[in-house]
Amino acid sequence: MDWQDQGIVLSVRPHGENAAILEVFTAEHGRHLGVVRGGISRKMTPFLQPGNDLALSWRARLEDHLGVFVAEPERLRSALMADRLALLGLNTVTGLLRLALAERDPHPDLWWASRALLDQMQGQGWAAAYLGWELGLLAELGFSLDLSCCAVTGTVADLVYVSPKTGRAVSRGAAGEWAERLLPLPLVLRRLASAEALGPVEAIELAQGFAITGHFLEKALGPVLVRRGLPDARAALVGRLCKGV
Amino acid sequence: MGEARDIEDLIDLMARLPGLGPRSARRAVLALLKKRGPLMAPLAQAMAHVALTARDCLTCGNVGTADTCAICANPARDTGEICVVEDVADLWAMERGGAFKGRYHVLGGTLSALDGVSPDDLRIPALVRRAAGAREVILALNATVEGQTTAHYIAEALEGSGVQVTTLAQGVPVGGELDYLDDGTIGAALRARRQF
Repeated sequence: MDWQDQGIVLSVRPHGENAAILEVFTAEHGRHLGVVRGGISRKMTPFLQPGNDLALSWRARLEDHLGVFVAEPERLRSALMADRLALLGLNTVTGLLRLALAERDPHPDLWWASRALLDQMQGQGWAAAYLGWELGLLAELGFSLDLSCCAVTGTVADLVYVSPKTGRAVSRGAAGEWAERLLPLPLVLRRLASAEALGPVEAIELAQGFAITGHFLEKALGPVLVRRGLPDARAALVGRLCKGV
Repeated sequence: MGEARDIEDLIDLMARLPGLGPRSARRAVLALLKKRGPLMAPLAQAMAHVALTARDCLTCGNVGTADTCAICANPARDTGEICVVEDVADLWAMERGGAFKGRYHVLGGTLSALDGVSPDDLRIPALVRRAAGAREVILALNATVEGQTTAHYIAEALEGSGVQVTTLAQGVPVGGELDYLDDGTIGAALRARRQF
């Protein structure tokens, strides 16, 4: 068995004296692990860092074997390490991908979105893009939010809540006495969901957006989170993003 | 038979050392057996002695044979500068250069969500307490994601303490050729360029 693909490094663990077990998120083969011979050498350590893009070649005798990667650097994002916020973003993205994705289950759209987001993180003003990435992650996990119309009346006007159970939008009029139990729906989330132009984003909108995605991530990843919860980096990142905008 | 077992046990123990596998451990033990008088006996004595006396410095976490290590006990070292390193091996690397005349603080690892290492598992609270009496804290941590995550965490923990927090420069190593450097290192070197 063998294949070639591109992948984003999620984690690297030493294995024996010289090798490493590399965990990558690949375009066509999803989250995949494999041994890299010489993976903790001085030559390879610089590019076997989380967030870097690699050109990968995987080979194993049988498909269900761990297999061996031959990795070459493609795009290095070491600039992220110099920026506190970007590094938090990197740790959150890699942490969530490790937690959320089943091994060897391909998610090409999410791979492209993750790659684009990591590139954006090397600049400024990517808070809304990160929120959009979490929406995309939820969709890939089967928890796509339906914010197009009211779940009760079908209207598309005055959608200001999200049902914490179904992930569907609810209009102000339909919410009635249930409003307190619903999650406030910010405009930024509706625009992201419908791929509209964003415009300026208020900190409160981001906070409400992250509250919604956080709630559904916890719901989607419930069985995995029993022992550990969402990555600590996410809480720190969300706190900073909502403060910094 | 029992005597051969002792030697096999020694080989097994040696094979647990970093850089030694079963074959190289066997070679090392054979070399020791050939030099029993001049090498093996003094080595065994030295190891037994250090095993009894070695301990972590209560101030900085360095390894020594007393509660306060030689660096912390040296009055000639500047107490105003604290160089934060991940491990004792990094401290020794810094000392080999001989360029730093301050004190050290050994964290004992880096933050790692993967391995479940949190700030409380490292000597970060002790560093924050020590930093109160210092002018500058130099973060000499590895230029890896985990090393830099730890560095940013410490910098944040020291915010508002009034101490200056600096980090080692990153760029072209002495003897390095640009052609062999990765893009990230070249980028870092370019960002940290200085008047020539």
